Formats: sequence, C-alpha cells, structure tokens
Amino acid sequence: MHETDPDALDQNESPQGLTRRDFLSRAGAAGVAGVAASMPFVAAATEIAPVPPAAPEIPGTLLVSLRINGTTYKVRIDPRATLLDTLRETVHLTGTKKGCDHGQCGACTVHVNGQRVNSCLRLALMHEGDDITTIEGLGTPEALHPMQAAFVTHDGYQCGYCTSGQIMSAVALMKEPCGPSDADVKELMSGNICRCGAYPNIVAAIQQVRGNTRVSEG
Amino acid sequence: MERFQFTKARTVLEAIGIAAQSTTAQQGAPIRFLAGGTTLVDLMKLDVERPTRLVDINHLELNKIERTSDGGLSIGALVRNAALAHDPAVVRDYRVLSEALLSGASAQLRNVATTSGNLLQRTRCMYFRNTAMACNKREPGSGCSAIEGDNRTLAILGTSPQCIATNPSDMNVALAALEATVQVQGAHGTRAIPFQDFHLVPGDTPHRETVLEPGDLVTHITLPAPRPGATSRYLKLRDRASYEFALASAAVVVEVAGGRFRYVRLAMGGVGTKPWRMMAAEQALTGAALNEQTVRQASVLALRDARPQSENGFKVELAQRCLAHALRLATGMASV
Repeated sequence: MHETDPDALDQNESPQGLTRRDFLSRAGAAGVAGVAASMPFVAAATEIAPVPPAAPEIPGTLLVSLRINGTTYKVRIDPRATLLDTLRETVHLTGTKKGCDHGQCGACTVHVNGQRVNSCLRLALMHEGDDITTIEGLGTPEALHPMQAAFVTHDGYQCGYCTSGQIMSAVALMKEPCGPSDADVKELMSGNICRCGAYPNIVAAIQQVRGNTRVSEG
Repeated sequence: MERFQFTKARTVLEAIGIAAQSTTAQQGAPIRFLAGGTTLVDLMKLDVERPTRLVDINHLELNKIERTSDGGLSIGALVRNAALAHDPAVVRDYRVLSEALLSGASAQLRNVATTSGNLLQRTRCMYFRNTAMACNKREPGSGCSAIEGDNRTLAILGTSPQCIATNPSDMNVALAALEATVQVQGAHGTRAIPFQDFHLVPGDTPHRETVLEPGDLVTHITLPAPRPGATSRYLKLRDRASYEFALASAAVVVEVAGGRFRYVRLAMGGVGTKPWRMMAAEQALTGAALNEQTVRQASVLALRDARPQSENGFKVELAQRCLAHALRLATGMASV
C-alpha cells in the first residue's frame, strides 16, 4: 500500500530537513492546539495522551479523550473540529483521507463501534467513549488485514487516495446485510468514490474476501 | 464554521428547555438539536446554518422501535436509518419504508443519520447550499436564483414564485404514503401531527419548512397498524443507479381484492416542495379495476397540477411513468 499512498512521502526528509507534514503543520495547516507539530509520523499510533505538558490552552478549546485503534488519546480540540481533522491534524493518523469534506466521497470512512461512518461529518467531541478504528488499526505492512491483501492482489486502486476509505467501507460491509452478487456489493459501496475508476478491481477484492477470508499475502 | 456552545442533553426536558430559548425552529435558528449531524454539520461547514448553540440529543432514550397498543409501530427519533431499514417488523410490514431508506444516501450515512434528522432533511437545491447566491429559503427576501437558473432537479409541484426547492428525503415519501404521525414534545406539552400537516409548502415563507416551534423536539414517528392484505413498494428514478437524490420517486401502498383496488395511498418524491401525496389519483383508483389503463390514467391524473420550470419539464412524464411502474410493482403486474 505504501507505494500508492501519497502520505508515504511524509516519511522522506526534504532538503530543508523537514518532512512535508512537518512543514504543513508548522505553516498553520493544523488549526488545533495540543500536539507538537514535530511529533514523528508513527509515534501517535503507539503512545498514550500525546499532549505535551506545556501545550497552550487556547480559549474555547476543550480536552477530549478518544479511543482510537485501542489506544486512548487525550487531545485538546476546538469544539468545531471534525473527527476527520482530529485524526489527521491532532492525532496525526493520516491514513484517513479528506476528499470532499461533505460526506459525498467516502475517503474519510472510519469505524465507530464497528460501524462505518463518514468522519468528516462527525464532531470529534461526540465520540468520547466510542471505539474508533482507522486504517492504521486494521493491519500492518507485515500482517495485512485480509481485505488489504485482497486489494493488493486485485489491484484495487490506482492513485490510492480513496483506498483507505474503500477498505474501511469494505471491511464493515462484511458484517452488514448484503446479497451475493457484484451488483449488491456495488450498491453498498456506492458511498466510496474512486476517481481512477478502479471499481471492478475493488469489487473483485471484496468478493474474494467474502468467499474466502483466509487470503494469502498479496 | 461559526463558534457554538455545546451541550450534551441528559433528558428530553433539558433539551426542550434549552431549545425553547431559540427565536425560531426554522432556517436561521440560533439553537439546534444535534442528532446524526449528516445534514446539520454539512450545512454548518457551508455557513448555511450558523447556530450559536448545539444541543446534543444523542444520549436521550429515543432509540427504540416498539409495537404500539393499536398494532402499529413507534419509531424513536434517534433510530438510525440503517437500523430502521433492516428492522424485521419494518421489512415485513412496511416494505415501502425499508426500500425508501435503503435507496437513500450511502451505507456510511445511513449508519449515522436518524429518523428525526431524515424527517427534517434540508433541500439539496444548489442555490440554497451556496451562500454566494440569492435564496429566499436561506435569506428571506433575497430572491430565488433557481427559478431563472439551473432548476433541472427541482420541484414541479407545490412551488411558489419565492421557492422551487425539492424536499430531498426518500423516507418522507414512504411515511406520507403510510400516513405516519409525527410525535412532538415541546415547551407546552406533547402533540401528534399528521404527516400531511408536518411539512409546509414554501408560499411566501420558504424559510418555514415545518410546523415546529422553538423547543419542539420530535420524539417519535408512529405508523398505523399494517393493513392485512396490503402491499407496498418504493421506486426511485435518478441520474445514477445509487447514491443520488431522486428525480422522481413513488411510494405506493395498495390493497387489491377481486381484481379491484380496495385501498390506495400514493406519495411522490423528487417532484414536490414537500413529500407529495397524490390524493386525486388515490381517489380515482379506489374501487377501480386493476389494469394497465387505470394505472396509466391515474398516473397522468396525479401530475395534473405540475408546473415545470425551464429545465425540468421532463419530470412530468418521468413522474407519471415512475408512479405507474411503482403501482405495477406493488400489484404484481410487473416484477422488476
């Protein structure tokens, strides 16, 4: 997946010694206080409460506790912050993508208590006490989730931008009422748009997992 | 998005008490209930809705589907669209409602969107959603950009010189045909509002979309007991096969006996400024023989009052065909 993930670029140092994400964060793209902008890309996934003691309290912000991929994060956010922006800009789990930001494209799909939702239309402060799962919580490059492996096997992407949302949607679909045909899968995947048009391969990947969840590594 | 004060309501009375301080429950309300948020958060991002206070009602005990004493169904305001669509009683007794819900939005949105939120879903008119454009619904008196603009998807029934915006909900069309009742609790007690009376046509006040007043909280929607022998279907026609709003849709509840229509309830979506009951067609069909001719004649009659705009004249025949085919599906004259 990393070959097709635009954010994989973040792990490469730029000539100025800054990652792209560091630069964007320091330039003000992260509008939410509470997390050091220079936090390493992967650290957030394993560390509890990434709020530095010296984090300034911006008036109107509040401290919320979010359980993401089994880890509890105490983060200071603006009440207006969506779950999507909080995941990406505050917790620095950037696998979840921002596409339309209006619930129309599905790139931001995550699981809340096992159900797929558009994280762009959820206020983060509504999710205290919920179990949130993002693409980072699904599998690892060494041990892919069967759906991730099937997407690799069937080439279920081109640019990769919609892929994490597609996979999160597809994994949730496995537990939903869904008929057996490709048309049934297409109907239940219609909330995930792929501008590259990888739809036939996405459907093939999902159908493979539905038929046999023990997919060998792709 | 504007700043807002956020309150997690613990009781219905607390929620109502806060909302009762609002100056209006209609467009521009400074205090809004927050349920699924799939409409409200979207419109707040667009600055179409700019509430200064949100009352989170997600923790109220309004999330159950229960039989009523008269054999009907009570649906809590917070029941999610996906849960309602797959509820065994709904699938068995109110097929039109299940089909309508599953034809709307996406699986992700249906997991979050609530019954009361869907009831109050706002129009998708692009001029309403764009604050750079004139819109009487968003800003009373500013004019209607849609009448002279791109109105292909907009209404042909119930329009006024002030507004031609379509009610976008599929669920509402099914609820209209099922003759649902909206149960409201407000600052002055509870009341039961027949579905037909809940939404308003735009007239000269398109910013007023429902009869709700400040403090009014939709707590439940109730359905009458299913008619033994009745069948129901929902048919939705749109530009894409999935995840798109209706150009025309039809909800049909019919009972046929001895080759004649004994009971007929018809409603349409995608064509009206509110969920539109087709009462003239209902009356024409009741007692009439079930055949292709009566179905077609009733469907033409149903659209008799249609007033198309510059770009949506095609909707008249499309709606006629949609209604006719929904009737064929519900009566077994057609299977697909």
